[in-house]
Amino acid sequence: MPDPPSTTSPAADAVVMRNVVKRFPGVVANDGVDLTVRAGEIHALLGENGAGKSTLMNLLFGLYNPDEGEILINGEPVHFHNTRQAVEAGLGMVHQHFMLIPRFTVAENVILGNEGPDSVLDRVAASRRVGELASAYGLNLDPDAKVGDMPVGTQQRVEILRALYQGSRILILDEPTALLTPQEIDDLYVILRRLKYDGGTIIFITHKLREVAAVSDRVTVIRRGKTIGTRITAETTAPELAELMVGRSVLLRVDRDEATPGEVILEGTNLVCIGSHRAETLNIASIQLRRGEILGVCGIEGNGQSELIEVLAGLKTPDSGTLTIKGKSVIGENATGFRRAGVAYIPEDRHGRGLVLDFPLWENTLLGNTERAGFTSGGWIKSGWIRNLTTDLMAKFDVRAPSANTAARALSGGNQQKLIIARELQRHPDIVLAIQPTRGLDVGAIEFVHRSLVETRDQQKAVLLLSFDLDEVMDLSDRIVVLSEGRIVGEFAGATADRAQLGLLMGGRAITTTEAAD
Amino acid sequence: MSDFFTVALLTATLRMATPLVFAAMGGLLSERSGVINIALEGMMLTGAFFAVAGTHWTGSSWLGAIIGVGAASVAGCIHAFWCITLRGNQIVAGTAINLMAAGLTAFLIQIIWGRAGGTDSVSQLPDVFGGVNILIIAAIVLVPLVHFYLFRTKQGLHTMASGESPQAAESVGIDVTRNRYLAVVASGALAGCGGVFLSIGNLSYFTIDMTAGRGFIALAAVIFGGWTPFGAAAAALLFGSAQAVQIQAQATSGFPVSPDLLVALPYLLTLIAVTGLIRNAPAPAGLGKHANAH
Repeated sequence: MPDPPSTTSPAADAVVMRNVVKRFPGVVANDGVDLTVRAGEIHALLGENGAGKSTLMNLLFGLYNPDEGEILINGEPVHFHNTRQAVEAGLGMVHQHFMLIPRFTVAENVILGNEGPDSVLDRVAASRRVGELASAYGLNLDPDAKVGDMPVGTQQRVEILRALYQGSRILILDEPTALLTPQEIDDLYVILRRLKYDGGTIIFITHKLREVAAVSDRVTVIRRGKTIGTRITAETTAPELAELMVGRSVLLRVDRDEATPGEVILEGTNLVCIGSHRAETLNIASIQLRRGEILGVCGIEGNGQSELIEVLAGLKTPDSGTLTIKGKSVIGENATGFRRAGVAYIPEDRHGRGLVLDFPLWENTLLGNTERAGFTSGGWIKSGWIRNLTTDLMAKFDVRAPSANTAARALSGGNQQKLIIARELQRHPDIVLAIQPTRGLDVGAIEFVHRSLVETRDQQKAVLLLSFDLDEVMDLSDRIVVLSEGRIVGEFAGATADRAQLGLLMGGRAITTTEAAD
Repeated sequence: MSDFFTVALLTATLRMATPLVFAAMGGLLSERSGVINIALEGMMLTGAFFAVAGTHWTGSSWLGAIIGVGAASVAGCIHAFWCITLRGNQIVAGTAINLMAAGLTAFLIQIIWGRAGGTDSVSQLPDVFGGVNILIIAAIVLVPLVHFYLFRTKQGLHTMASGESPQAAESVGIDVTRNRYLAVVASGALAGCGGVFLSIGNLSYFTIDMTAGRGFIALAAVIFGGWTPFGAAAAALLFGSAQAVQIQAQATSGFPVSPDLLVALPYLLTLIAVTGLIRNAPAPAGLGKHANAH
């Protein structure tokens, strides 16, 4: 069994990166970055998407070699050529997309690649070792459980355990909260503080200011490949960090007036979907969308969200129930029928459903609009007109691309999303379904998307916002419903919703039991 | 009718199942490492032919068997090179090997024996233990060995990790390319053993297309058996017994079912097995996926 991380002198620097430069063809990802992480601290690395955080950590972890600059681990200069050398130097990485094998058990995943010298595995001993290490760090993991059966938060603990098993004293976590529920995020914070207490050093990559404040001791901000500054978390503020990160002052909370809800425009009753194995994947007794309001839908991924949205977008016909838009039944209509009825759809999967990546932007603007006046005439595509429209939309929605003829693939995620939003809002819809509209976007683009949604609401349109980011739902929604196991288990007015309460409902626990626990 | 279910049927089942078990174990290793192997058929055919040719050249059925297995391993190398190094389409590569094996063996019969259709008789692999062929014993021993290898050794764990998630395996320093090469070449050798049994174990000559789809049936056994050695072996036994029943029925006068229908039985079972009606385990998650390019 590897030694547990020992306590190093608190004054020492665990990681020093000096003037690190990494160039890729056509772009300088890291342009003279400086980073100093003290031993025994939790150090947040804050920056927008594409700022160079991940590149920097990949340089540190030996996945890339820096073109210039030097890296010191515990005072020693290092030149890693692969991750194994980084691991031997005491580094560990928890990837954003877990490097775990679902079919393997916890113990198998943890020992994989570090089985020891024997060719024949002693599974009983391995399982015992892994179990002991897990309980030593309070990770609460069953070494013989299959990883694929576990919730995401638990899987993340397996990744952390593996890094500890490899003897890591410096742990890099790449956007570790991206897939977690609010409760799982709190649990993660507890684990990280525990690791710090045991002498571990943690580098926490994030673009969320709230997480910086919640868990870090110090924070380094990176923008466009350069270090902007390092702050002591307790002595800085969210607006200051946001400005450092984006380069201009940012509205962190969406500015919006009280909603003035109008008539019910979409109404669904007893919507039931039956999945495989005859299990109910959706069972909505009643859902209503009103003009002039944003309805937030929150819940843990896989609790009927995709079914609900597919039903509301006309991609799936429910097995039973009624659904009306402006008083007319739309059951049995396909997506085109729903679009005709006034539904616009900003899908979660912008690459799979939102865009055809190899099409130019103007052809992507055409998608879903072929039957509308102006786009086509007598069966012919009016490409010139659509190009002009696309150019206008790009200016209005701040889509940064060379021209309307650029392939969608060449755009950043934020610009792709803005193009989809432009296309959908340009239809003048009555109902906008916005699914995870800011997933993977940086602060500037998020601000833009949020403002667009609020403006749409203010034009007396109905907006449904589904997001796994509870803060986003709470910030924007006038009304919030919680989905759990395909049912609506709670409904709140936007102003009265409480994080902890929503979180518990999302986890499928009734409010009464938590009150009893309190 | 009472003498239909006899010791003869039992030994026929074993004889029919043996080549399937070999090929299935080979297919299992390849697929568990993440490489789709529909080339089992061609590998078996190669093994069967070169066992006869090798025996013909050397005069020893033992050396013939080694040459047969070696030739099938070469077919495995070709499949591995195409699928892993060249990152080619694994189904296309498998199909190419199957077509190549069929064509090459037919051609070489002409060259070596100067006639079409089949080879002359050569000496058989000797029986041991009172009439049981040594390869039957080997097949029986092979199954727990493969199980032990996959689930109890470090190398086996690495093989399965390569097949489940090449990225995850690489992230902990496992050499996915090496593991896949080993598994695919081993699958060639094992499928070759099955072919050797068909030609010089069970019989003493080679005829064109003598594997008659057994490679595909073995692959079906792998799927049917949920990608586990004992499951695949049990499926191979089931398919083997279907073939044995059909042979026995043809030899039994007045058997109530048409032999033509019975000939179709193993293939029907195979179809049912691969439709997913009876699937108890998912395929390796990284099956057919390439490792990261470096």
